[in-house]
Order: sequence, then structure tokens, then C-alpha cells
Amino acid sequence: MRKTLYVLAGLAFFAVLWEGYKLVGNPEGTVLLGVRVLPRADDLSMPHLWTVVERLGRPELTGGRPVWIVVVQACLFTLGITAAGFVIGALVGLLLAVAMERFRLVERGLLPYVILSQTVPLVALAPLVAGWGGTIMPPWATVSVIAAYLAFFPVAVGMLRGLQSPSASGVELMRSYAAGWWRTLVKLRFPSALPYLFPALRLAGAAAVVGAVVGEISTGTRGGVGRLIIEYSREATSDPAKVYTAMLGAALLGLVVAGLVSLLEVPLMRHRRHVEVVTL
Amino acid sequence: MNAVDINGVTKTFNQGRADEVVALSEVDLTVGDGEFVSLIGPSGCGKSTLLRLIADLITPTTGTVTVAGKPAGAARQEQAYGIAFQQSGLFEWRTVLKNVELPLELRGLSRAERKARAEQMLALVGLEDFAGHYPAQLSGGMQQRVAIARALAVQPPLLLMDEPFGALDEMTRERLQSELLGICATTGTSTVFVTHSISEAVFLSNRVVVMSARPGRITASVTVDLPSRDEAGRLSPVFFEKITEVRQALRGTPAARPTEGAAAGSDAR
Repeated sequence: MRKTLYVLAGLAFFAVLWEGYKLVGNPEGTVLLGVRVLPRADDLSMPHLWTVVERLGRPELTGGRPVWIVVVQACLFTLGITAAGFVIGALVGLLLAVAMERFRLVERGLLPYVILSQTVPLVALAPLVAGWGGTIMPPWATVSVIAAYLAFFPVAVGMLRGLQSPSASGVELMRSYAAGWWRTLVKLRFPSALPYLFPALRLAGAAAVVGAVVGEISTGTRGGVGRLIIEYSREATSDPAKVYTAMLGAALLGLVVAGLVSLLEVPLMRHRRHVEVVTL
Repeated sequence: MNAVDINGVTKTFNQGRADEVVALSEVDLTVGDGEFVSLIGPSGCGKSTLLRLIADLITPTTGTVTVAGKPAGAARQEQAYGIAFQQSGLFEWRTVLKNVELPLELRGLSRAERKARAEQMLALVGLEDFAGHYPAQLSGGMQQRVAIARALAVQPPLLLMDEPFGALDEMTRERLQSELLGICATTGTSTVFVTHSISEAVFLSNRVVVMSARPGRITASVTVDLPSRDEAGRLSPVFFEKITEVRQALRGTPAARPTEGAAAGSDAR
């Protein structure tokens, strides 16, 4: 209940900031030494929020469906791609982390490449992956691959950290119970890693959304909200509010994904919050 | 059959490197069945190393370690001992009961058996009312008692304890000492107990093994036979005599010159 209030307060704050800047900001933007340090505040660059909301209700094209239905449908399409990418990425990240924890050699050999993988520009990678579309996988799946490529990284790094977090005495205890690698993983390392896993999953969720939106644009996949942003931005001069409807949808998608990921946490982290110490 | 037989054990860490350390040198030690043996000595004398060798958490460089007639490795595979460390090392995501059940789970006992046994062990350490609590909710002394219950859960013939009461206050410490003695008496468990408190070692043990550092070796073995192991025992003349004897053994000086060589035993209190 309280959380919902905070979210609403955050939204209100953003709305006030937007409209407030429009009120006081220079319509031509503030230029300092030839550099525009503050954006233009005119209706073309920053349409009023109510214009954006009102635009949501009007048809996309004359006689077409209302914009909000188009945006929601595009978001659902992208949500599907994001979900697939997130699941694949998280699984790959988990497996990599377990392999790196198990074999020192794998950690030494692989970790630099895991980090390197994130410095490769997505735009360079996209055409390669896009080529797989329609041959070994449907075109939408190539976007999921890009989302997974971004999502696996925080999981691999965070989970490795978590799997290595148990104290030496915990590991010795398991050894004293004659527990092998697998049972130590299940009974000790995995539960110890959960507090590291969930923040990593939240990052992965955000990365998957970014990956899906950017992936749609750079592979030219139709139907998603990323594509919608590009299409609508072409009309920005004549219909500036339209592109903001799509951006609103993308932002909403990010929030929904973040919310869904944190739901995962509820059943597993239930026992870790209470702190009523009994002193006897 | 002896609970523990250690023959000519030497342990060298980082052998052949610049940071080579001889932790133990030519150690022989026997712990009889049902005997309570304390290892005492200054920091770095290898007493914890010796305990870890018995537990097969590390392997000796030379020599042999036999636990209940079997090589230490085989004994570990059979969970022939229970172990407790200075830090309770409880799993924070498990309730007290589930923590005590852990070694039983790994032994493959059925759910009902595990629960019954764990509850019995918690009753033994007086924590049956806290079975559903999480470790973070308990005080340090209570956590340590859970750790002892966990070490006892498989009803091992041998109990290994590495300064289990080291982090506790004096009052809790004395209470847990009495509880431990009671448990060992009822279960007939042999115990190897590492400590750096002279009075603790004398009060608990049938035998106090005194070690010295660099390289770690056994320098004396003091047999203790208190009239009783309770408050009266703590006040008996024998108790104080034995404390003096252990203290002198730690300092490595004969009884006539108790003040000399204090530096060597300074961190043994």
C-alpha cells in the first residue's frame, strides 16, 4: 500500500518536473558557449503531458486503431521477446557461474571474455545475429538472443560472487560431512548465493529490456515497441506527442519487467528479513 | 580401540616455497575411548592444525592419523566425528531445527527420523523451544549451543571442538562447559578440545596436552583427576594445582622459577 503511494508520488514528481521545466525553460533551449546545456522547451520538443495522454486516445492513422492499443500490443510483443531473452540469459549466466566456481581454470580463462563480451557494441553484433532469423530461428528469436546476450552478464558475475561467498568454515563443515561438490553446491553455495542472485536478476531484467528494444531496432524486427519508437519518431515534426506515447510504453515495459523479477524474490527471500533477536 | 591415534605427524604449509611454514613437527598423540583431551598452547602452536588433521580437513605431510581404527579420510567419509568451530557457522537460511538436521540429511535419514533426532539434540542443549527460530534471532551463546547440537546430531563417537566457547562471555562459557561435560558423560563421546584458556582446559579434561610454537610440537601432557566436575571441583585444591602445572608447562620452566620465560606463554593467558 505504502509502496504504491511512493510510486505514485514518484510519477507526480516527474510530471511536475516536466511541466515545470516547460513553464520556466527557454523554448529555444539554453545555449552556453555554443553548447545547448538545457533542451528546448517548446511544444515540438517537449509536448505537454496531457497532449501525450490525449494522443494515446486518438487513432494511430486516420480511421485506424487508437494509439494506446497499438502501443500496448507492441509492448506485449516486446515483453515476450524480453522474457525469452531473460530466461535464456539467466540460465546461461547461472551455468557459467557454476562452471567458473567449480573449475578455477574456467574462471581464469572465461571471466575476462565474459567482461569483454559486454564491450562489443551491440550494433556491430546485431546484423550477424539478424542473419540467423528465418533460417535457424524465427526473426523474433534473434532479438531474444540479443536480449540474452546483455542479460547473462550480471547473472554470471553476481552469481559467481555469490557462489564464492560461503565462509571457509561453512565449506569445511560440508567437507566434514563428507558432502561432495554437488551437495555442497545445493546445500551451501546456492542458498548463500541468493542474496547476490536477486540484484543480479534485476539488472538482467533491465538489460533484457534494453537488449530487446535496441535489438528490434538494429535487426529491423517488426511488431515491437522499439520498432514503434523509430516509426513514430519519423513523424516527430508533425506529431511530436506520438513518439512520446511509444517511449511511455517502453518505460512502462521496463517497470513491469522489474516488478515481475522482484516477485521472484518473494518466496525465496522470505526468511531473510526478520531480525528480532532473542537474548537469553 | 583408541578414538584417535596420531603417529609422527608433520605438517608443512606451502612446502618448497618462500612462505613455507612448519606448523607441526613429529607429533604423537593418542586419545583413548571416552577420554576428554584438551590441546592448549600459544597462538600459532598448531593446535587447530592438529584438530583439522584429525578431521581430515587437511592432510599430514608425513605420518599417519587414525580415527577409530580407520585412516582419517575413511573416518570422515563415515561421519565418524562431529565438529564445532569458534564461529557457530550456522546456515542463516535454515531454522535452528533444520540446521541440526543438516548432517542427518547428508546421511540420508528419513524426514521423520531427522526431526526426532534433531529435537532430541536441541533438548540436550536446552533449546527445544527455539526449534523454529532462525540463527540471526539467537544470541551468540545460543548459536554456539545449536552448533554443538549439530555436531552431536549424528551421535558421533568422537567430538572435535576448536575453541567453541572462545567468543563467549565468562558466565555463558562456564554454563556451556558444564553442559558439555554432562553431554559427554551421557553419550560416552571422546572429545578433542582446542582452547587457549588454562582453566577451561583443566576443568573439562581428563588430560591437557600442552603445545609450543615454531615448530608446533607437544611439550607436556598433564593428567587431570578432579574430585568432581562442578562448582566444588572448580574450588578444589587439585584444580588450582593443575592450573599451576599447566601454566608452568606452557612457560617451559620448572616449578621453582615461575616468572621466567613468561614471554613464551604470554598469549596463552
